[in-house]
Amino acid sequence: MGGFLKSSIAKKVAMALSGLFLVLFLLQHFTINLTSVISEDLFNELSHFMGTNFLVQAILQPVLIFGVIFHFVMGFVLEAKNRGARNIKYVKYNGSANSSWMSRNMIYSGLVVLAFLALHFYDFWVPEIVHKYVESHPEDASRYYGELVAKFQDPIRVAAYCLSFVFLSLHLLHGFSSSFQSMGWNNKYAKGVRGITVAYAIIIPLGFIFIALFHYINNL
Amino acid sequence: MKLILKIWRQENAKSAGKMVSYPIDGIEGDMSFLEMLDVLNEELVAKGEDPVEFDHDCREGICGSCSLQINGEPHGPDKLITTCQLHMRSFNDGDTIVIEPFRANAFPVVKDLIVDRTSFDRIQQAGGYVSVNTSGNTIDANSIPVNKHDADDSFAAATCIGCGACVAACKNASAMLFTSAKVSQYALLPQGQVEATDRVMNMVRQMDLEGFGNCTNTGACEIECPKGISLENIARMNREYLSASTKG
Repeated sequence: MGGFLKSSIAKKVAMALSGLFLVLFLLQHFTINLTSVISEDLFNELSHFMGTNFLVQAILQPVLIFGVIFHFVMGFVLEAKNRGARNIKYVKYNGSANSSWMSRNMIYSGLVVLAFLALHFYDFWVPEIVHKYVESHPEDASRYYGELVAKFQDPIRVAAYCLSFVFLSLHLLHGFSSSFQSMGWNNKYAKGVRGITVAYAIIIPLGFIFIALFHYINNL
Repeated sequence: MKLILKIWRQENAKSAGKMVSYPIDGIEGDMSFLEMLDVLNEELVAKGEDPVEFDHDCREGICGSCSLQINGEPHGPDKLITTCQLHMRSFNDGDTIVIEPFRANAFPVVKDLIVDRTSFDRIQQAGGYVSVNTSGNTIDANSIPVNKHDADDSFAAATCIGCGACVAACKNASAMLFTSAKVSQYALLPQGQVEATDRVMNMVRQMDLEGFGNCTNTGACEIECPKGISLENIARMNREYLSASTKG
Protein backbone atom coordinates (compact mmCIF):
# COMPACT_ATOMS: atom_id res chain seq x y z
CA MET A 1 0.00 0.00 0.00
CA GLY A 2 2.89 2.36 0.82
CA GLY A 3 4.31 1.79 -2.66
CA PHE A 4 0.93 2.25 -4.29
CA LEU A 5 0.39 5.56 -2.49
CA LYS A 6 3.64 6.91 -3.92
CA SER A 7 2.02 7.70 -7.26
CA SER A 8 0.19 10.96 -7.82
CA ILE A 9 -2.98 9.25 -9.03
CA ALA A 10 -3.13 6.83 -6.09
CA LYS A 11 -2.80 9.74 -3.66
CA LYS A 12 -5.69 11.47 -5.36
CA VAL A 13 -7.85 8.34 -5.25
CA ALA A 14 -7.06 7.88 -1.56
CA MET A 15 -7.98 11.53 -0.98
CA ALA A 16 -11.25 11.03 -2.86
CA LEU A 17 -12.20 7.84 -1.02
CA SER A 18 -11.52 9.34 2.40
CA GLY A 19 -13.49 12.44 1.38
CA LEU A 20 -16.47 10.35 0.26
CA PHE A 21 -16.35 8.45 3.53
CA LEU A 22 -16.51 11.74 5.43
CA VAL A 23 -19.39 12.90 3.21
CA LEU A 24 -21.32 9.77 4.23
CA PHE A 25 -20.51 10.35 7.88
CA LEU A 26 -21.64 13.98 7.62
CA LEU A 27 -25.01 12.86 6.25
CA GLN A 28 -25.47 10.46 9.16
CA HIS A 29 -24.41 13.15 11.66
CA PHE A 30 -26.81 15.65 10.09
CA THR A 31 -29.71 13.21 10.16
CA ILE A 32 -29.28 12.63 13.89
CA ASN A 33 -28.79 16.34 14.63
CA LEU A 34 -31.91 17.20 12.65
CA THR A 35 -33.99 15.08 15.00
CA SER A 36 -33.07 17.53 17.76
CA VAL A 37 -35.37 20.15 16.23
CA ILE A 38 -38.16 17.60 15.78
CA SER A 39 -38.19 15.50 18.93
CA GLU A 40 -36.09 15.74 22.08
CA ASP A 41 -36.81 12.10 22.91
CA LEU A 42 -35.86 10.81 19.47
CA PHE A 43 -32.60 12.79 19.54
CA ASN A 44 -31.79 11.42 23.00
CA GLU A 45 -32.60 7.89 21.90
CA LEU A 46 -30.41 8.06 18.79
CA SER A 47 -27.56 9.77 20.64
CA HIS A 48 -27.74 7.20 23.41
CA PHE A 49 -27.53 4.44 20.82
CA MET A 50 -24.54 6.05 19.08
CA GLY A 51 -22.84 6.75 22.41
CA THR A 52 -23.22 3.29 23.86
CA ASN A 53 -23.37 0.85 20.96
CA PHE A 54 -20.25 -1.32 20.92
CA LEU A 55 -19.97 -1.44 17.14
CA VAL A 56 -20.21 2.36 16.86
CA GLN A 57 -17.85 3.09 19.73
CA ALA A 58 -15.22 0.39 19.25
CA ILE A 59 -15.11 0.08 15.48
CA LEU A 60 -16.84 2.91 13.59
CA GLN A 61 -15.48 5.69 15.82
CA PRO A 62 -11.80 4.70 15.40
CA VAL A 63 -12.39 4.25 11.65
CA LEU A 64 -13.91 7.73 11.51
CA ILE A 65 -11.03 9.28 13.43
CA PHE A 66 -8.58 7.54 11.12
CA GLY A 67 -10.54 8.80 8.08
CA VAL A 68 -10.49 12.39 9.34
CA ILE A 69 -6.76 12.32 10.16
CA PHE A 70 -5.91 10.58 6.87
CA HIS A 71 -7.88 13.13 4.83
CA PHE A 72 -6.17 16.07 6.49
CA VAL A 73 -2.66 14.60 6.44
CA MET A 74 -3.02 13.59 2.79
CA GLY A 75 -4.38 17.06 2.02
CA PHE A 76 -1.29 18.67 3.53
CA VAL A 77 1.02 16.22 1.74
CA LEU A 78 -0.59 16.98 -1.63
CA GLU A 79 -0.61 20.72 -0.99
CA ALA A 80 3.11 20.69 -0.11
CA LYS A 81 3.96 18.70 -3.23
CA ASN A 82 1.83 20.92 -5.44
CA ARG A 83 3.33 24.13 -4.08
CA GLY A 84 6.78 22.64 -4.58
CA ALA A 85 6.10 21.98 -8.26
CA ARG A 86 6.43 25.69 -9.10
CA ASN A 87 9.25 27.28 -7.11
CA ILE A 88 9.25 30.51 -9.10
CA LYS A 89 5.75 31.96 -8.96
CA TYR A 90 4.09 34.02 -11.64
CA VAL A 91 4.21 37.80 -11.29
CA LYS A 92 0.65 37.79 -12.55
CA TYR A 93 -1.61 34.73 -12.21
CA ASN A 94 -5.23 35.10 -13.30
CA GLY A 95 -6.70 31.99 -11.69
CA SER A 96 -10.26 33.32 -11.72
CA ALA A 97 -10.18 33.27 -15.54
CA ASN A 98 -10.20 29.50 -15.64
CA SER A 99 -11.19 28.00 -12.30
CA SER A 100 -13.44 28.51 -9.30
CA TRP A 101 -12.28 30.06 -6.03
CA MET A 102 -13.35 26.89 -4.21
CA SER A 103 -11.20 24.65 -6.38
CA ARG A 104 -8.11 26.81 -5.90
CA ASN A 105 -8.46 27.24 -2.15
CA MET A 106 -9.34 23.80 -0.82
CA ILE A 107 -6.45 24.01 1.64
CA TYR A 108 -7.88 27.17 3.23
CA SER A 109 -11.47 25.96 3.43
CA GLY A 110 -10.06 22.69 4.77
CA LEU A 111 -8.03 24.53 7.44
CA VAL A 112 -11.17 26.35 8.62
CA VAL A 113 -12.96 23.00 8.86
CA LEU A 114 -9.97 21.59 10.77
CA ALA A 115 -10.10 24.51 13.23
CA PHE A 116 -13.83 23.89 13.59
CA LEU A 117 -13.21 20.20 14.28
CA ALA A 118 -10.81 21.18 17.07
CA LEU A 119 -13.57 23.33 18.61
CA HIS A 120 -16.12 20.56 18.03
CA PHE A 121 -13.92 17.95 19.72
CA TYR A 122 -13.35 20.35 22.62
CA ASP A 123 -17.08 21.01 22.89
CA PHE A 124 -18.53 17.56 22.47
CA TRP A 125 -16.16 14.68 21.92
CA VAL A 126 -13.67 15.30 24.74
CA PRO A 127 -16.37 15.92 27.42
CA GLU A 128 -18.18 12.83 26.15
CA ILE A 129 -15.10 10.62 26.45
CA VAL A 130 -14.30 12.09 29.91
CA HIS A 131 -17.92 11.59 31.00
CA LYS A 132 -18.06 7.97 29.89
CA TYR A 133 -14.59 6.53 30.15
CA VAL A 134 -12.60 8.74 32.57
CA GLU A 135 -15.11 9.76 35.20
CA SER A 136 -17.29 6.71 34.41
CA HIS A 137 -20.59 8.39 35.16
CA PRO A 138 -23.64 6.13 35.00
CA GLU A 139 -25.33 6.44 31.62
CA ASP A 140 -28.23 8.88 31.55
CA ALA A 141 -30.07 8.42 28.25
CA SER A 142 -31.84 11.76 28.58
CA ARG A 143 -28.74 13.99 28.94
CA TYR A 144 -27.86 14.47 25.25
CA TYR A 145 -30.48 17.03 24.22
CA GLY A 146 -29.65 19.31 27.14
CA GLU A 147 -25.93 19.10 26.40
CA LEU A 148 -26.54 20.01 22.76
CA VAL A 149 -28.78 22.98 23.53
CA ALA A 150 -26.35 24.26 26.18
CA LYS A 151 -23.58 24.53 23.58
CA PHE A 152 -25.69 26.78 21.37
CA GLN A 153 -26.33 29.52 23.93
CA ASP A 154 -23.11 31.46 23.34
CA PRO A 155 -23.62 33.75 20.30
CA ILE A 156 -19.87 33.76 19.52
CA ARG A 157 -19.78 29.97 19.42
CA VAL A 158 -22.91 29.89 17.25
CA ALA A 159 -21.37 32.45 14.87
CA ALA A 160 -18.12 30.42 14.66
CA TYR A 161 -20.19 27.30 14.07
CA CYS A 162 -22.17 28.94 11.24
CA LEU A 163 -19.08 30.44 9.60
CA SER A 164 -17.34 27.07 9.69
CA PHE A 165 -20.23 25.47 7.87
CA VAL A 166 -20.06 28.14 5.17
CA PHE A 167 -16.45 27.07 4.60
CA LEU A 168 -17.45 23.40 4.73
CA SER A 169 -19.97 24.17 2.00
CA LEU A 170 -17.27 25.82 -0.12
CA HIS A 171 -15.02 22.80 0.48
CA LEU A 172 -17.74 20.36 -0.53
CA LEU A 173 -18.80 22.38 -3.58
CA HIS A 174 -15.52 21.42 -5.19
CA GLY A 175 -14.42 18.37 -3.25
CA PHE A 176 -17.49 16.17 -3.52
CA SER A 177 -17.81 16.22 -7.31
CA SER A 178 -14.03 16.29 -7.70
CA SER A 179 -13.75 12.97 -5.88
CA PHE A 180 -15.66 11.23 -8.67
CA GLN A 181 -13.30 12.68 -11.28
CA SER A 182 -10.29 11.53 -9.23
CA MET A 183 -11.65 7.99 -9.15
CA GLY A 184 -12.04 8.04 -12.91
CA TRP A 185 -15.80 8.53 -12.94
CA ASN A 186 -16.54 11.11 -15.63
CA ASN A 187 -19.16 9.94 -18.10
CA LYS A 188 -22.64 10.80 -19.36
CA TYR A 189 -24.01 10.64 -15.79
CA ALA A 190 -21.38 13.04 -14.45
CA LYS A 191 -23.54 16.14 -14.91
CA GLY A 192 -26.37 14.61 -12.92
CA VAL A 193 -24.01 13.48 -10.19
CA ARG A 194 -22.50 16.97 -10.11
CA GLY A 195 -25.97 18.40 -9.54
CA ILE A 196 -26.48 16.05 -6.59
CA THR A 197 -23.10 16.94 -5.10
CA VAL A 198 -23.81 20.68 -5.41
CA ALA A 199 -27.20 20.21 -3.76
CA TYR A 200 -25.58 18.20 -0.95
CA ALA A 201 -22.81 20.81 -0.52
CA ILE A 202 -25.40 23.55 -0.01
CA ILE A 203 -28.24 21.77 1.79
CA ILE A 204 -26.31 19.82 4.44
CA PRO A 205 -24.16 22.73 5.75
CA LEU A 206 -27.20 25.02 5.61
CA GLY A 207 -29.08 22.41 7.62
CA PHE A 208 -26.38 22.36 10.30
CA ILE A 209 -26.53 26.17 10.43
CA PHE A 210 -30.31 25.99 10.76
CA ILE A 211 -30.05 23.55 13.67
CA ALA A 212 -27.56 25.79 15.50
CA LEU A 213 -29.66 28.92 14.96
CA PHE A 214 -32.85 27.05 15.92
CA HIS A 215 -31.50 26.10 19.33
CA TYR A 216 -29.97 29.53 19.88
CA ILE A 217 -33.16 31.44 18.99
CA ASN A 218 -35.39 28.90 20.74
CA ASN A 219 -33.67 29.65 24.04
CA LEU A 220 -33.30 33.42 23.85
CA MET B 1 -1.83 51.35 -30.25
CA LYS B 2 0.54 52.27 -27.41
CA LEU B 3 1.38 49.59 -24.90
CA ILE B 4 3.62 48.92 -21.93
CA LEU B 5 5.13 45.44 -22.07
CA LYS B 6 6.42 43.94 -18.84
CA ILE B 7 8.57 41.03 -19.93
CA TRP B 8 10.56 38.42 -18.01
CA ARG B 9 14.22 38.73 -19.00
CA GLN B 10 16.67 36.01 -18.00
CA GLU B 11 20.12 35.65 -19.49
CA ASN B 12 20.35 31.86 -19.16
CA ALA B 13 19.11 28.88 -17.16
CA LYS B 14 21.40 29.62 -14.23
CA SER B 15 21.04 33.38 -13.94
CA ALA B 16 18.33 35.16 -11.98
CA GLY B 17 15.67 36.83 -14.08
CA LYS B 18 13.62 39.98 -13.63
CA MET B 19 10.69 41.80 -15.17
CA VAL B 20 11.67 44.62 -17.54
CA SER B 21 9.26 47.27 -18.89
CA TYR B 22 9.28 48.19 -22.57
CA PRO B 23 7.02 50.94 -23.92
CA ILE B 24 5.98 50.20 -27.50
CA ASP B 25 4.07 52.27 -30.06
CA GLY B 26 2.53 51.79 -33.49
CA ILE B 27 1.01 48.38 -32.79
CA GLU B 28 -1.90 47.47 -35.09
CA GLY B 29 -4.87 45.41 -33.96
CA ASP B 30 -4.36 43.03 -36.89
CA MET B 31 -0.87 42.10 -35.77
CA SER B 32 -0.50 38.76 -34.06
CA PHE B 33 0.99 38.79 -30.57
CA LEU B 34 4.22 37.29 -31.88
CA GLU B 35 4.40 39.91 -34.67
CA MET B 36 4.10 42.55 -31.95
CA LEU B 37 7.09 40.93 -30.19
CA ASP B 38 8.91 40.89 -33.55
CA VAL B 39 8.40 44.68 -33.75
CA LEU B 40 9.75 45.06 -30.22
CA ASN B 41 12.78 42.91 -31.06
CA GLU B 42 13.56 44.93 -34.19
CA GLU B 43 13.58 48.06 -32.03
CA LEU B 44 15.80 46.39 -29.41
CA VAL B 45 18.26 45.15 -32.04
CA ALA B 46 18.36 48.63 -33.64
CA LYS B 47 19.31 50.02 -30.23
CA GLY B 48 21.99 47.38 -29.83
CA GLU B 49 20.13 45.50 -27.10
CA ASP B 50 19.47 41.78 -26.81
CA PRO B 51 16.18 40.77 -28.43
CA VAL B 52 13.57 39.01 -26.27
CA GLU B 53 13.88 35.28 -26.89
CA PHE B 54 10.63 33.35 -27.35
CA ASP B 55 9.65 30.01 -28.87
CA HIS B 56 7.69 29.88 -32.13
CA ASP B 57 7.56 27.82 -35.29
CA CYS B 58 4.47 27.28 -37.45
CA ARG B 59 2.61 30.41 -36.31
CA GLU B 60 -0.69 28.76 -37.23
CA GLY B 61 -1.59 27.02 -34.00
CA ILE B 62 -0.55 23.46 -34.73
CA CYS B 63 3.09 22.97 -33.73
CA GLY B 64 2.82 23.68 -30.00
CA SER B 65 6.04 25.69 -29.97
CA CYS B 66 4.80 29.05 -28.80
CA SER B 67 4.08 29.39 -25.13
CA LEU B 68 3.97 32.62 -23.08
CA GLN B 69 1.95 33.40 -20.00
CA ILE B 70 0.17 36.62 -20.97
CA ASN B 71 -1.53 38.68 -18.26
CA GLY B 72 -1.66 35.63 -16.04
CA GLU B 73 -3.06 33.17 -18.60
CA PRO B 74 -1.27 30.74 -20.93
CA HIS B 75 -1.66 31.87 -24.55
CA GLY B 76 -3.37 35.05 -23.33
CA PRO B 77 -6.96 36.00 -22.61
CA ASP B 78 -8.67 34.39 -25.64
CA LYS B 79 -9.72 30.74 -25.53
CA LEU B 80 -8.95 27.79 -27.84
CA ILE B 81 -5.99 29.51 -29.45
CA THR B 82 -2.23 29.48 -29.14
CA THR B 83 -0.17 32.63 -28.60
CA CYS B 84 0.59 32.85 -32.33
CA GLN B 85 -3.16 33.02 -33.03
CA LEU B 86 -3.71 35.78 -30.47
CA HIS B 87 -4.17 39.17 -32.10
CA MET B 88 -3.50 42.60 -30.69
CA ARG B 89 -7.14 43.57 -31.20
CA SER B 90 -7.73 41.64 -27.97
CA PHE B 91 -5.95 44.47 -26.13
CA ASN B 92 -6.66 48.18 -25.74
CA ASP B 93 -4.55 51.25 -26.34
CA GLY B 94 -2.61 52.08 -23.17
CA ASP B 95 -2.75 48.53 -21.76
CA THR B 96 0.07 47.08 -19.73
CA ILE B 97 0.73 43.49 -20.78
CA VAL B 98 2.63 41.15 -18.46
CA ILE B 99 4.51 38.46 -20.40
CA GLU B 100 6.15 35.58 -18.54
CA PRO B 101 7.47 32.14 -19.42
CA PHE B 102 5.37 29.07 -18.57
CA ARG B 103 6.27 28.38 -14.94
CA ALA B 104 6.93 24.91 -13.55
CA ASN B 105 9.98 23.26 -12.06
CA ALA B 106 9.62 20.66 -14.81
CA PHE B 107 9.78 23.49 -17.40
CA PRO B 108 13.05 25.26 -16.50
CA VAL B 109 13.68 28.59 -18.22
CA VAL B 110 16.33 28.39 -20.92
CA LYS B 111 16.43 32.11 -21.74
CA ASP B 112 13.90 34.93 -21.37
CA LEU B 113 10.54 33.42 -22.37
CA ILE B 114 11.84 30.07 -23.65
CA VAL B 115 11.34 27.07 -21.38
CA ASP B 116 12.64 23.53 -21.71
CA ARG B 117 9.62 21.30 -22.29
CA THR B 118 11.55 18.08 -22.94
CA SER B 119 9.93 16.64 -19.80
CA PHE B 120 6.89 16.18 -22.06
CA ASP B 121 9.05 14.29 -24.57
CA ARG B 122 10.25 11.95 -21.82
CA ILE B 123 6.67 11.25 -20.72
CA GLN B 124 5.77 10.48 -24.33
CA GLN B 125 8.82 8.25 -24.72
CA ALA B 126 7.82 6.31 -21.58
CA GLY B 127 4.82 4.81 -23.37
CA GLY B 128 3.01 7.20 -25.70
CA TYR B 129 3.24 4.95 -28.73
CA VAL B 130 2.15 1.62 -30.17
CA SER B 131 4.76 -0.92 -31.19
CA VAL B 132 3.98 -1.81 -34.78
CA ASN B 133 6.11 -3.83 -37.14
CA THR B 134 6.43 -1.60 -40.18
CA SER B 135 9.11 -3.62 -41.95
CA GLY B 136 7.28 -4.64 -45.08
CA ASN B 137 4.08 -6.12 -43.68
CA THR B 138 2.23 -3.03 -42.49
CA ILE B 139 -1.42 -3.69 -41.82
CA ASP B 140 -3.95 -1.08 -42.87
CA ALA B 141 -5.23 0.56 -39.68
CA ASN B 142 -8.75 0.60 -41.12
CA SER B 143 -8.81 -3.20 -41.24
CA ILE B 144 -9.67 -3.21 -37.52
CA PRO B 145 -13.18 -1.83 -36.91
CA VAL B 146 -13.29 1.01 -34.36
CA ASN B 147 -16.43 2.33 -32.73
CA LYS B 148 -17.12 5.82 -34.15
CA HIS B 149 -17.52 7.36 -30.69
CA ASP B 150 -14.18 5.91 -29.54
CA ALA B 151 -12.48 6.99 -32.76
CA ASP B 152 -13.75 10.55 -32.29
CA ASP B 153 -12.65 10.68 -28.64
CA SER B 154 -9.26 9.24 -29.55
CA PHE B 155 -8.83 11.80 -32.30
CA ALA B 156 -9.87 14.62 -29.96
CA ALA B 157 -7.23 13.47 -27.46
CA ALA B 158 -4.66 13.20 -30.24
CA THR B 159 -5.14 16.87 -31.14
CA CYS B 160 -3.04 17.76 -28.07
CA ILE B 161 -0.04 19.68 -29.42
CA GLY B 162 1.98 19.36 -26.22
CA CYS B 163 2.38 23.11 -25.78
CA GLY B 164 2.29 22.93 -21.97
CA ALA B 165 -0.53 25.42 -21.42
CA CYS B 166 -2.19 22.86 -19.11
CA VAL B 167 0.87 22.85 -16.85
CA ALA B 168 1.20 26.63 -17.04
CA ALA B 169 -2.46 27.21 -16.13
CA CYS B 170 -2.61 24.67 -13.31
CA LYS B 171 -2.02 26.10 -9.86
CA ASN B 172 -0.17 22.86 -9.11
CA ALA B 173 1.83 22.77 -12.36
CA SER B 174 0.27 19.38 -13.05
CA ALA B 175 0.80 17.61 -16.36
CA MET B 176 -2.21 15.34 -15.99
CA LEU B 177 -4.11 16.75 -18.98
CA PHE B 178 -1.17 16.28 -21.35
CA THR B 179 -0.34 12.80 -20.07
CA SER B 180 -3.97 11.73 -20.05
CA ALA B 181 -4.48 12.91 -23.63
CA LYS B 182 -1.51 10.83 -24.74
CA VAL B 183 -2.73 7.82 -22.75
CA SER B 184 -6.29 8.22 -24.02
CA GLN B 185 -5.52 8.46 -27.70
CA TYR B 186 -4.18 4.90 -27.55
CA ALA B 187 -6.37 3.52 -24.77
CA LEU B 188 -9.46 4.13 -26.90
CA LEU B 189 -8.18 2.19 -29.90
CA PRO B 190 -7.77 -1.60 -30.29
CA GLN B 191 -4.18 -1.04 -31.48
CA GLY B 192 -3.36 0.49 -28.12
CA GLN B 193 -4.71 -2.32 -25.95
CA VAL B 194 -1.68 -4.62 -26.11
CA GLU B 195 0.59 -2.19 -24.27
CA ALA B 196 -2.14 -0.47 -22.24
CA THR B 197 -0.97 -1.63 -18.80
CA ASP B 198 2.69 -0.74 -19.24
CA ARG B 199 1.83 2.48 -21.04
CA VAL B 200 -0.20 4.12 -18.29
CA MET B 201 2.04 2.87 -15.48
CA ASN B 202 5.23 4.06 -17.19
CA MET B 203 3.86 7.40 -18.37
CA VAL B 204 2.43 8.27 -14.94
CA ARG B 205 5.68 7.18 -13.29
CA GLN B 206 7.66 9.42 -15.64
CA MET B 207 5.21 12.29 -15.09
CA ASP B 208 5.76 12.00 -11.33
CA LEU B 209 9.54 11.73 -11.75
CA GLU B 210 9.63 14.96 -13.75
CA GLY B 211 8.31 16.85 -10.72
CA PHE B 212 4.93 17.97 -11.95
CA GLY B 213 2.28 18.62 -9.30
CA ASN B 214 -0.87 16.64 -8.59
CA CYS B 215 -4.18 17.27 -10.29
CA THR B 216 -6.76 18.86 -7.98
CA ASN B 217 -9.47 19.02 -10.64
CA THR B 218 -9.66 22.80 -10.84
CA GLY B 219 -10.36 22.45 -14.57
CA ALA B 220 -8.02 25.35 -15.44
CA CYS B 221 -6.11 23.13 -17.90
CA GLU B 222 -9.23 22.30 -19.92
CA ILE B 223 -10.25 25.97 -20.11
CA GLU B 224 -6.81 27.17 -21.20
CA CYS B 225 -5.98 24.30 -23.55
CA PRO B 226 -5.77 25.70 -27.10
CA LYS B 227 -7.16 22.41 -28.41
CA GLY B 228 -9.93 22.02 -25.84
CA ILE B 229 -8.64 18.69 -24.51
CA SER B 230 -11.32 17.44 -22.12
CA LEU B 231 -10.98 16.60 -18.42
CA GLU B 232 -12.64 13.30 -19.31
CA ASN B 233 -9.20 12.19 -20.45
CA ILE B 234 -7.85 12.61 -16.91
CA ALA B 235 -10.71 10.50 -15.54
CA ARG B 236 -9.95 7.89 -18.21
CA MET B 237 -6.25 7.87 -17.30
CA ASN B 238 -7.16 7.47 -13.61
CA ARG B 239 -9.33 4.47 -14.54
CA GLU B 240 -6.60 3.02 -16.72
CA TYR B 241 -4.06 3.51 -13.94
CA LEU B 242 -6.21 1.89 -11.26
CA SER B 243 -6.98 -1.00 -13.56
CA ALA B 244 -3.30 -1.39 -14.52
CA SER B 245 -2.25 -1.25 -10.84
CA THR B 246 -4.29 -4.34 -10.07
CA LYS B 247 -2.51 -6.20 -12.87
CA GLY B 248 0.89 -5.36 -11.41
